[in-house]
Amino acid sequence: MEYLIGIQGPDFVLVAADNVAASSIIQMKHDYDKMFKLSEKILLLCVGEAGDTVQFAEYIQKNVQLYKMRNGYELSPAAAANFTRKNLADYLRSRTPYHVNLLLAGYDEADGPGLYYMDYLSALAKAPFAAHGYGAFLTLSILDRYYRPDLTREEAVDLLKKCLEELNKRFILNLPSFTVRLIDKDGIHDMEKLPVGPK
Amino acid sequence: MALQDVCGFLETLDDISPCTYLPNEMGYMRRTPFEFDRDSAFHFLPPPQQCSRKNRAPTLFSSTFSSLSPHQQPFQLSHGTTTLGFIFQDGVIAAADTRASCKGLICCPISQKIMPIHSHLVVNTSGSGADCMLWERILTREMRLYQLRHRKRLSVNGAAKLLSMMLHPFKGTNVCVAATLCGWDGEETQETLQSCMEIADVKKAVEQDSNVSAISDESAQGSVKMASINEQDEISKDTQALNPTSTFGGRSGPRVCYVCSDGLQLKGEIISVGSGSPYAYAVLDDGWRWGMTVDEAVALAREAVFRATHWDAYSGNNVDLFHITAHGWRRRDREDLKEEYYREREREKKKIKEREKERQKREGDELVEGEGDIYSVHCG
Repeated sequence: MEYLIGIQGPDFVLVAADNVAASSIIQMKHDYDKMFKLSEKILLLCVGEAGDTVQFAEYIQKNVQLYKMRNGYELSPAAAANFTRKNLADYLRSRTPYHVNLLLAGYDEADGPGLYYMDYLSALAKAPFAAHGYGAFLTLSILDRYYRPDLTREEAVDLLKKCLEELNKRFILNLPSFTVRLIDKDGIHDMEKLPVGPK
Repeated sequence: MALQDVCGFLETLDDISPCTYLPNEMGYMRRTPFEFDRDSAFHFLPPPQQCSRKNRAPTLFSSTFSSLSPHQQPFQLSHGTTTLGFIFQDGVIAAADTRASCKGLICCPISQKIMPIHSHLVVNTSGSGADCMLWERILTREMRLYQLRHRKRLSVNGAAKLLSMMLHPFKGTNVCVAATLCGWDGEETQETLQSCMEIADVKKAVEQDSNVSAISDESAQGSVKMASINEQDEISKDTQALNPTSTFGGRSGPRVCYVCSDGLQLKGEIISVGSGSPYAYAVLDDGWRWGMTVDEAVALAREAVFRATHWDAYSGNNVDLFHITAHGWRRRDREDLKEEYYREREREKKKIKEREKERQKREGDELVEGEGDIYSVHCG
């Protein structure tokens, strides 16, 4: 039902998420933001079960901010990803497991851009591109085919558009719009919502 | 409880399943469900039931974790209702039907689903009636405590967050609450402070005040009848600046927020909940505009509930309507929509007759003109 996608370039990470908040068969909101800002250069994209997403994502968000307040510097994306994974794994075998699928995207001064894929069983993998949701079945092969490690920003956006076109064409559900954001050394940039409209 | 034990009427279960021990939130083991005493003269035959975990969407997860919650539900909990709330330039409209159903039975045709929390906030509730009543009271208590401690009202979004956090520990249990908080965020003004009266005083005032609409039915089931006092004065103040650019999205203004016991929390402009909500959404999406007048908004809400009650079996009877502005909430007379369907049919019939007449008149005119032309050709 929900869709997340991330593409890592040589010095940026491009992420997009759909904007639908649904309750059974009804779209209750068309402009719902599924991205949570953990710090100036880290975004957490979170989909999954209704209350778990916001609850878990906000918990991670506040803890990352608390780390900054206590220590004076921010967690790196790798550290934040591992922290998230640890929490998800701890809750997994408790009475209240969180059923959430995550993408964590960030830019580190030392290590450069990073995209981390995490699923509800708290499996963590650093990947050049990743997607969550039923839409992932349709778009991962497109990413496979056209992804290169030295993509420019425009090429990455074109690749993203290709994926969304495929979704429009073949995915049974209607996902009318997507929030797109780009993270690089200057922080998080909001990009134009896709699809842009009839040409 | 004593009467329960005497009658032998305990929590019922249709099929004979082994008693399951389910630890509740406090960690104590509670024996649920109880054995069904079929020999008692007072035994109550429950409707046939199928247990289903409605709260969680079916996922790969459920097979792994089904052992966590084998609790059988005594009756099916469904959001059998239509409630809606939307914002517009002149406030918030909250509307709901009044039917409380239990599977195929109408338990109560005159229930009240919209409850005021304080002078500028009402909550539309759907889900399990008992859970809603309890959580309304808990929310009212917490809002009042916040107001006393911080000397200002908690915003609608804050109230939604609070309710969501309080409901979170009960996720996965059978607590079923889907509430829409409709209210006006704003600064405390002199008018609003005066209208914040104690519930007991307001109840008395309601019974005496003839200006205020009262529920016509006798059996009130202990629901609180409240109304904003000094309504007439405040109506004149409504015309004062309610500038959409300053109120909508700013610090103060109309807000509507949806909170669900499975954790979903949404802020929006139009929210509708319940089994009749698809029908209501269709009407609301068609007719909603930010710049609506109060009359248009009320008519839209009324029609949305009416259409939903027509198509949905679990919604019906009357429609309740509340309008919340910067000066507090106002309650419209409860209206029975039973006759509305037939009135609409009459209106449509009249319209068709008029259209028929017009068409005939037009055809008649054209004929006359046509003859005139022929003559003119002849003469000319």
